Order: sequence, then structure tokens, then C-alpha cells
Amino acid sequence: MIPLSWYLILAAGLFSIGLFGVLVRRNAVAILLGVELMLNAVNINLVSFWRYGDVLKMTGQVFAIIVFAVAAAEVAVGLALVISVYRSRNTVIADELDMMKW
Amino acid sequence: MTQPTINDFHTILPMIVLSVWACLLLLVDLFIPKDRKGITALLAALGLILSLGFNLTRIGMESVGFSGMVVLDGFATFANVLLLLSGLFGVALAYGYVRRMGIERGEYYTLLLFSVCGMMLMAQAADLIIVFLALELLSIPLYVLAAFARGDMQSQEAGVKYFLLGAFATGFVVYGTALVFGATGTTSLGGIFAAASAGASTGSGNGLMFTIGAALILVGFGFKVAAVPFHMWTPDVYQGAPSAATAFMSSGAKVAGFVALLRVFSTSFPALASDMNGILWTLSALTMIVGNLIAIAQTNIKRMLAYSSIAHAGYILMAFVSYGNPQVASVSIASGMFYLMAYTLTNFGAWSVVVALEKAEGKGLEIADYAGVARKHPALAAAMAVFMLSFIGFPPTLGMVGKFYLFRAAIAGGYTGLALIGVLTSLVSAYYYLRVVVNMYMREGELVPEREPWLGFATALTAAATVALSLVPQWVFLLASTAVMK
Repeated sequence: MIPLSWYLILAAGLFSIGLFGVLVRRNAVAILLGVELMLNAVNINLVSFWRYGDVLKMTGQVFAIIVFAVAAAEVAVGLALVISVYRSRNTVIADELDMMKW
Repeated sequence: MTQPTINDFHTILPMIVLSVWACLLLLVDLFIPKDRKGITALLAALGLILSLGFNLTRIGMESVGFSGMVVLDGFATFANVLLLLSGLFGVALAYGYVRRMGIERGEYYTLLLFSVCGMMLMAQAADLIIVFLALELLSIPLYVLAAFARGDMQSQEAGVKYFLLGAFATGFVVYGTALVFGATGTTSLGGIFAAASAGASTGSGNGLMFTIGAALILVGFGFKVAAVPFHMWTPDVYQGAPSAATAFMSSGAKVAGFVALLRVFSTSFPALASDMNGILWTLSALTMIVGNLIAIAQTNIKRMLAYSSIAHAGYILMAFVSYGNPQVASVSIASGMFYLMAYTLTNFGAWSVVVALEKAEGKGLEIADYAGVARKHPALAAAMAVFMLSFIGFPPTLGMVGKFYLFRAAIAGGYTGLALIGVLTSLVSAYYYLRVVVNMYMREGELVPEREPWLGFATALTAAATVALSLVPQWVFLLASTAVMK
């Protein structure tokens, strides 16, 4: 059987790729994709912790379902916000959202 | 599988009432004509009052519901009262403002109600799954509220920025939660504490995962309460969002964030106190220093209040540093709750003045525009002076008493240096808060405030409460002490 740590490393890698995407990409939609990768890393963690822990307790699985349900709701709102920006500016590049500066 | 009992529903009754009311309001709003959306506002306020009434009947009650997922205790009841009051002030400020700015739609009030539901669930959460769910339920409506002025580019920008940073922070919270779950095998706050105490004796390798998990949760909530260095989004979002929405999010979301932090850390992570103390100390000190210093440079009142809200997050974090020390923990949590109340009242008051003076197309938002308000509108200027003094921590205001309790708790916990930074940064803050007052009283100007009954009522009420409650601080502190978790 594959050891638990492999799954955790995979999840940590995925989380880091998502984090990198959020910090480096300039397109708002791409940033959103990065966030989704971070949340999916969490799901891998949750399900593998469940599988390698107490299999009769469903906490990990239930949590994973809640995470992706909530992530879907978040994306629905997020894309709507991005579209409303796109309509008035014809761009979704985060760097160009700079009307306010300190 | 256990069936839910009536006791489960009793535990979260105020929140259930409010969420059902919000769903019904969404339907009822369809039948309210476009030019009569004030009715929706009144109905939303009625729902909040109803929920507040149920909440007040819960004083002194303690119960656990839904197999330990939610809990009702003094802490939750106190926080719920504060959050429902935030909701009511949020409606009062929005009532005339959204109409005046031409963004009046019924959804505004429904979203606000859903957000309050999330905040209340946050206060009652006894499981990390519920904490996550509540966090999203409070945040998602706030993203929309920030972008509510659809035609206004600044508001759109605020919405997108708030959303991207908020979702990013959520990622940290859930990743941290997953690691804690892996290390302890449970997501229940009490269960995590039990597993951590049991694991400490066996000394397994899960300790590192546990610590990293707790630290990531702290980072995520650091974003939510706008602690430095996770504060970058705050000024842009607070400036761009409609002022009435900003008032609500800067009070409600901050209270909910701190309530969750206090609950999660003091219930689940006392074992990590020695690791966390240094981090929390640094966070608190940085937040106070950076928030207050950058606020000096601001010329826009909304941006200035945004940095001020960052600075105040630093003061509240001070209550939090000694959470693992059983001798002072209960006093410092009570001080933190007291300060949250003082901050909420003062903050809503200050924003109500901003809302009263704001004109269409973002006019009347520069601090220089406030010149001469005192001559023609002495009551409004006096109220603003009270709020600014309360922010500084000048007697006789609630802010002064709150800071006194916070600094006392910090010194009792052995963090004299932190209390000193608090005092010094408060002195610095006098400069930019008093500049507003000086502008109002000593310069000439032409700005005419809007006269709206609910707005004026909110200003008067918060000003009166800020002064009056500071005269009976021990009574209020006693109330805050009932909010300490067992």
C-alpha cells in the first residue's frame, strides 16, 4: 500500500503550485484557478487522512464534500464579480485594477 | 446516526430564525415595487430584532447541539448580540444611503442578513467544519456587498480584490484545518484539545503537522481580521465599497473573525501557546505600528478609517497574546470582548458621519472636505469628535476604558512591552484622528450633510452609548466577563 506521506506530499505540492499561481499570475481568472488548486489539495489531504485513519468515522469525507460544495458557491460569485469588471474595463488583469493607491 | 432533537434546534434558534427570515425576505422582495425598497429594509430590521429577541432569552443558557457541532454559551450569546446590533446599524446606515447613491435593490438587505447568519454561526461553532462553513457564509455575501454599486468602477474593483484575497485566505484556513484533522483525527474543537494533550505524552511525529495546521489557521484569520502583514486588501476594499457596506464589514466581519480566533485557539490550541505567543506578539505589535503610521499619510476619510481599523485589530490582538496562560486568559478574553464592543459602537458612529457627508460620485470623502461642518451642523461635528476621541482612547469615551482594560490585561500577562507599544501608537493616532476634528471646527467650508432620520438616529445612539457606557465601565465589563468560555 502506498504510504500516507506520499499523498501528503502530493497535496503539499498541489497547494504550493496553487499558491504560486495566485502570487504570480496577473489574470484574475488564473488567480481563481490557483485558489481552486489550493482547495483541491485540501480535499486530497482530507480524503487520505480519512482513509488512513478511522475509516468508520466519516468526518474526512464529509468535510471534503463540504469543501467542494462551498468552493463551487465561491467560484459562482467570484466569476460574476470578474465579469462585472470585464464589462466596464475590457480587462481582467489584476495589475490594471489600480484605481485606488495609498 | 442520531436524529436531531428539539434541543439541537434550540441551541441555534436565533440563527435559524434569521436565516429563514432572510430566505423569505428574498421571496417577499420580489413583490415590493422598485421605488418602495425601504419596506425591504424595514422587514430586514424586523428580522434582526426578532432574532435579537430570541437571543436575549438565551442569556445564561448553555447547551450543545448537533452532536457537538454547535454550542451555546455566554461567549456565543454576547457575540451574537454584538453581531445582530452590527446588522441593525448596517441596515440603518444603508437605508437612505443606497437610495441616494442610486444602488437601491432589495438584495442588499438579504445579503446583509445572510452575512449576519454566518457571523452568528461562527460565534456558535464548536467544530472546525462549522467554522469553515460559517466563514464562507459570512464572506460570500460580503464580496457581493463590496461590489454592490455595479456601475461604480471602484466598487467593482473592491469586490474583486476582496474576493480574490478572501478566497486565498480561505485556502489557508482549510489547509490548516485539514492538517489539524490529520494530526488529531477529529475536527471537534474539544476533541482536538483532548487528542493534543494525549499526543503530547506519546510524542508522536504529528506534533509538527499540528503546529503548522494551527499556524495556517492563524494566517487565514489574520487576513479576515486585517492584521499586518495580511492587511493589503483592507484599504482598497474599504475605500471602494459603498460606505454603508464598509461600515458593516469593518465591524461585523472583524468581530466574527476575532470571536472565531478566540474560540478556536483557547479551546483547541492551548498546548501550542508557547509556540504561538511570540508570533501573536509580533502580529499585534506590527499591526498597531503599521496601521497607525500609514493612517497618518491618508487624505481620504474612508482610507484613513480603513487603516484605523487595521490598527484597532492590533489592539484587540493584544488581548489574545496571553490566551494560553490560565491565570490571565479569562480576564484578557473579557477585555477583548469589551474592546470589540467599544470598537463596534465607535466604528459605526464614525462611518455614519461619513455616510451623512458623502455626496454622489465619491465627493465629500476627503478629510479636507470636512472643513466648516461644525459651524452649521454642531451636533454632527460633536458626534464625530466623540468617535475620534474614542478611537484615540481619550476620556470620557468607551475607547479609553477599552484600551485601559486591554493594556491592564497585557501587563498582567507579562507583556509590558506590548502595552507600551499600544500606548505610544495611541499617542501617534491622536494626530490623524484629531486632524478630522480640527478640520471640522477650525476651517471654513461648505459641505452640507444629508438629513436622514435613521442615519441621524444611529449617529446619536452610538455617540450617546460611547459616552454613557464609559461612565459605568465596571457594569459593562461584568457583562463581557459572562462571555468567557469555560
